[in-house]
Amino acid sequence: MATAARAEQARRFERLERLTQRRYLLLLAPAVLFLVIFYGYPVAAMLLRSFNDPAWGFGNFKPLTAARTPIEILGVSLPMNAYLRVIGITLQIAVGTTIATLLLGYPVAYALASMPMSRANLLMIFVLVPFWTSILVRTYAWMALLGTDGIVNEVLMGLRLIDQPATLLNTRGAVYVGMVHILLPFMILPLYAVMRGIDRNLMRAAENLGARPWQVFRSVFLPLSLPGVAAGCLLVFILALGFYITPSLLGGQRDIMISMLIQQQVVQLKWGFASALALVLLVISLIIYLVFVRVLGVQRIFGGGRR
Amino acid sequence: MTAPASAASSAPSIPRERAARRVVPRVSAARVVLLTFTGLVLLYLVFPVFIVAPLSFSSAKYLQFPPPGLSLQWYQSYFSRPDWVAATWLSVRIGVITAVLATALGTAAALALVRGRFRGKDAINSFIVSPLIIPTIIVAIGVYFFYARIHIIGSPFALALAHTALAIPFVVINVSATLEGFDERLEWAAMNLGANRWQTFFKITLPIIRPGVFAGALFAFSTSFDELIVALFVSGAGAVTLPRKMWESLRLDIDPTIAAVSTILIVISVTILASAEALRLRSERMRTARVPDAARDAPGGAIQ
Repeated sequence: MATAARAEQARRFERLERLTQRRYLLLLAPAVLFLVIFYGYPVAAMLLRSFNDPAWGFGNFKPLTAARTPIEILGVSLPMNAYLRVIGITLQIAVGTTIATLLLGYPVAYALASMPMSRANLLMIFVLVPFWTSILVRTYAWMALLGTDGIVNEVLMGLRLIDQPATLLNTRGAVYVGMVHILLPFMILPLYAVMRGIDRNLMRAAENLGARPWQVFRSVFLPLSLPGVAAGCLLVFILALGFYITPSLLGGQRDIMISMLIQQQVVQLKWGFASALALVLLVISLIIYLVFVRVLGVQRIFGGGRR
Repeated sequence: MTAPASAASSAPSIPRERAARRVVPRVSAARVVLLTFTGLVLLYLVFPVFIVAPLSFSSAKYLQFPPPGLSLQWYQSYFSRPDWVAATWLSVRIGVITAVLATALGTAAALALVRGRFRGKDAINSFIVSPLIIPTIIVAIGVYFFYARIHIIGSPFALALAHTALAIPFVVINVSATLEGFDERLEWAAMNLGANRWQTFFKITLPIIRPGVFAGALFAFSTSFDELIVALFVSGAGAVTLPRKMWESLRLDIDPTIAAVSTILIVISVTILASAEALRLRSERMRTARVPDAARDAPGGAIQ
């Protein structure tokens, strides 16, 4: 009698659970449908275009494999396979930016993580204010700082370190300064989160066992902080690959990144070729992402909705 | 992280003073270098943000530093030029539409992704957050080709829809984070007391996850408000947003009006940041308030 009632109750509970699960799918449907229409489908259709616009085949990828493709960008004619060169420049800038943000960000995250929570939160404002400031505004600020009549030149000339304004803007260096500035918070935040989670008792234990401070850092703290390093590098590298605004405004005529090239091709109505370049950019990003996730074991950074 | 005190408490056999003396002098030497370096990097991060405001009050006709005199002429120029004002209002409108749509869609999706158990959940989750990782130019030209075919280039609402796709991941991530620590027994209690699902959601669930929902909405608004690349392609002549107006000004004629605009934007983003921080602190407080509860349920009866 009692068991039958309990079985009945269990069945009812199971039915309720199934019903609830179905409701969850209903909750999910609008967002998924929306993203399919306004994001998934347009991107997929665009990528397909690289194979069928203007004609089916791999014609759009030919310029990338040809040994010489003269190209004119902003009035400057670049020799050699200019498209591959742009991809090379993009990778180079992305790698350089990632290394620079890591070298600058790691000590900062370390210092912040070793401070009392209240002070670290206060100093974190210095990381978060630029993080929330529009990229355009920050890029403009660097234009104002690095321009011919800019603040840096004025200060250097005021100190009589230089006689006439140096060319700082529209150089590769300016691109690095601006991009590192914009991407540094993306390195510091995951590093800080991981470092905060490291149990300080482990370092004290190592110290008690006679390790020198450097040894404690190298064989205890550093390995434990590596997940943060990997997450930060992945984030910065992938974001840097797609940069458009900062290199356009701070870079010179030779600092063309792939996003700028894609935009240029769209303007010139070579939609098929633009799509092929977009596919190349996407494939590079995905390969890097998979390498980090599978090989280095980075947990997905954007793990919304996982327990 | 008061190292000496905790070291002493974890190793009671070492006299307190000796532990303190052992740790303090060694820390300071390397630490000075570390803190100086940290200070310089933090200065590098904030300095450009704070350099913009003095420029905006300059009386000079061009970008000049130090400003020869003070003036409000660039603010006047900004507020009196219809193209700047119209662009600003358009950006605000598109941002609000984006925030409303993304928050509604994203909150529902986050509920399903955190609570539901169904096949393909990981794949759907990856798809929903993927706009964050995929370079924006790819999304931008995809949407541009699509909108060009159905002839809605230049429509502000169409731009808001594209922005919504970019903003949904932020809402999903923020709301999911609040939902992770949610005690579902509160909802069961409400339903046991006769509330239906809608009442339960609006009276119990929503008030508790509100910080995450608001934070998501703020992220969504600022994603749209700052977005340039999609806007460059899709806005046409009919939907010139503030970032696009700024972009054109930066490319063509850098008059210091843009310094005034930038200063206003910095004030807005600092305000948004302050609200987001306040929300984060609140949601953290709510989560820690539930910790004893979780501790009771844990097998050992305590968390550590």
